Amino acid sequence: MKANAPNRREFLCSTGFVAAGLATSGSVIFAPDYSWALSTTAIDAHTAQTLLLMARQLFPHDRLGDQYYAAVVDAVDKQAASDAALRKLLADGVARLDGARGIRWVELSNGARSAVLKTVEAGEFFSTMRTATINNLYGNPLVCRFFGFEGSSVEHGGYINRGFDDIGWLPNS
Amino acid sequence: MAKAFDLKDDSVVVVVGSGAGGGTLSNELAQRGIDVVCLEAGPRLDITNIVNDNGTMFSRLSWLDKRIGTGDLNAALPLWVCKTVGGTTVHWAGASLRFQEHEFRARTVYGNIPGANLLDWPITLQELEPFYARAEDKLGVTGTHNIPRLPGNNNFKVMAAGAKRVGYTQVHTGNMAINAESRDGRPACQQIGFCMSGCAIGAKWSTLYTEIPKAESTGHFEIRPDSMVVKINHDASGKVTGVVYADKSGTLQEQKARVVCVAGNSVETPRLLLNSESSKFPNGLANSSGQVGRNYMRHMTGTVYAIMPGRVNFDRGTQMAGIIKDESRHDPSRGFAGGYEMETLPGFGLAGVASNTIAGAWGPGYAKVIEMYDHFAGMWLVGEDLPQSGNGVMLHATEKDKHGMPVPVVHFKDHANDIAMRNHAYKAGTAVYQSLGATQVFELPPFPSTHNMGTCRQSEKAQDGVCNKYGQAHDVANLLISDGSQFTTGGAENPTLTIVALAIRQAEYLANQLSKKEM
Repeated sequence: MKANAPNRREFLCSTGFVAAGLATSGSVIFAPDYSWALSTTAIDAHTAQTLLLMARQLFPHDRLGDQYYAAVVDAVDKQAASDAALRKLLADGVARLDGARGIRWVELSNGARSAVLKTVEAGEFFSTMRTATINNLYGNPLVCRFFGFEGSSVEHGGYINRGFDDIGWLPNS
Repeated sequence: MAKAFDLKDDSVVVVVGSGAGGGTLSNELAQRGIDVVCLEAGPRLDITNIVNDNGTMFSRLSWLDKRIGTGDLNAALPLWVCKTVGGTTVHWAGASLRFQEHEFRARTVYGNIPGANLLDWPITLQELEPFYARAEDKLGVTGTHNIPRLPGNNNFKVMAAGAKRVGYTQVHTGNMAINAESRDGRPACQQIGFCMSGCAIGAKWSTLYTEIPKAESTGHFEIRPDSMVVKINHDASGKVTGVVYADKSGTLQEQKARVVCVAGNSVETPRLLLNSESSKFPNGLANSSGQVGRNYMRHMTGTVYAIMPGRVNFDRGTQMAGIIKDESRHDPSRGFAGGYEMETLPGFGLAGVASNTIAGAWGPGYAKVIEMYDHFAGMWLVGEDLPQSGNGVMLHATEKDKHGMPVPVVHFKDHANDIAMRNHAYKAGTAVYQSLGATQVFELPPFPSTHNMGTCRQSEKAQDGVCNKYGQAHDVANLLISDGSQFTTGGAENPTLTIVALAIRQAEYLANQLSKKEM
């Protein structure tokens, strides 16, 4: 994921991922406000958009912007660059999602998208994306801190003087 | 001074593995002036290589050579141990509990349980007590020998408050090999968390920075990292003469030895014996009983996580400094033999909790659960599982690793007793958190990371097991089993203290035998 200024020739869309018809033949996606961009090398823009939305659909947090989910796609894309089997798994997986209801998966309603995902959850595509989302969304130090996992503490002297025993709500009996 | 021994020097004792068993045994022998070469399959890290990151340390410490799991085990990662100098003492949580008296007599006390291959240990608690005392002193175990206990963190305070409400009475911050005050060159715990990724300040006992450097300072010890032992050689009389190992470049070397002590953890130890088959020992070395690789035990385990009414931050502080001991007794009226401990356990990060809390879960409801991360409390349930003849380690018929050694196939299935105990433990753990108004409680199945025991067990009679009460192989006098593989049964307790106590005892026995020229 790169936070580049938008390049007009690569400009794809300015309405975000909830809008329909995002797919083009390009491989760069910008946030609606240009605050971040995702450029992929191994997967095309439609696949990238689908995977991004899928990552959010798997673990939806209203308080997290799309850039945190884009990092999942970025990691998968980097891995796919040297892994032909993964490229095929992703392409086939997206094709299957798109084929489920006759219109592309990203254009479905939220409920319909979940229903389609439910039909593929036993497969390798789904488990690959679920694992990638867990590792790259919940492995992101910013996301960790946001939800209360405070990360490395040794450089701060641990918690001996920083609240290892600061619990305040327990009953006395 | 660290020493280097010649490959042809057949006066050395070779120790395979540098963890709780091998590292301790090596130092105990070296302190007695006995020359030791310790061959460790993994690299030697420095304490500065230990960082507070679960993923980084998993990659840095783990034994990731191919293993195949069958039965109730994860096929790709059937169990999880370390491949590094210090072995699994780099990873362990530090819980240091003595076995109970009756646990050395499981066959007698529990009776003949169908499907179990129970046997009494050839050693009693009374015989081991002096060595437990020395092990506790060596490790600096809190709550023993007037060593102060650790202060309780938030996760402990939740567990203790709930324990009180449900009526438990044996509740404290554990017997931990983690310093509450500086001792023996190691600093006091700073409540960092991440104990199981390796202690970045060395407050937790690990052979990496205790036994290994102490042994080196004797001038009687050499550690050879990146040295994977693939075969034990023997002579026509059946005595072992040395080991073949792959060095860092993959080249096979032979180190001669007068005694070989195997401490590779419960998969690699039997794997090495089985791979050392010969015309004299067609079923593998020290395997006339057929028990090598059998009776693999990994403890009944399970985890309970709960979302509490207030913030806990269960990652803060010493991970396992908290225990409820009330359920560790043997009380068949509960519907199972043996007992279990309840010990504090945190979450291993947001990714860990997302992966493990409900396997395979996703969607808005599960995302809400993960958002409550800082309200989570957690405990680990660990109890005695029964040895079963069919649970164990075999060599794959065709698949080999990069050194040409057959890949191990590890098979494990729960005994009905294990399942009954786990169900009881889940209920007990859930009750602790519900007594405090937990809004959601989760029962997690066993993790790949647990305890590994059995596979080369001690027995009174040669036909029932692999080694005697000193870990000496029944079939080969100068071959010893020096790790948790020698456990006859597993007890309810975390095994490291018992491994260390047995290693100290074995060192005394071995030194005595060598001085009397009986080996």
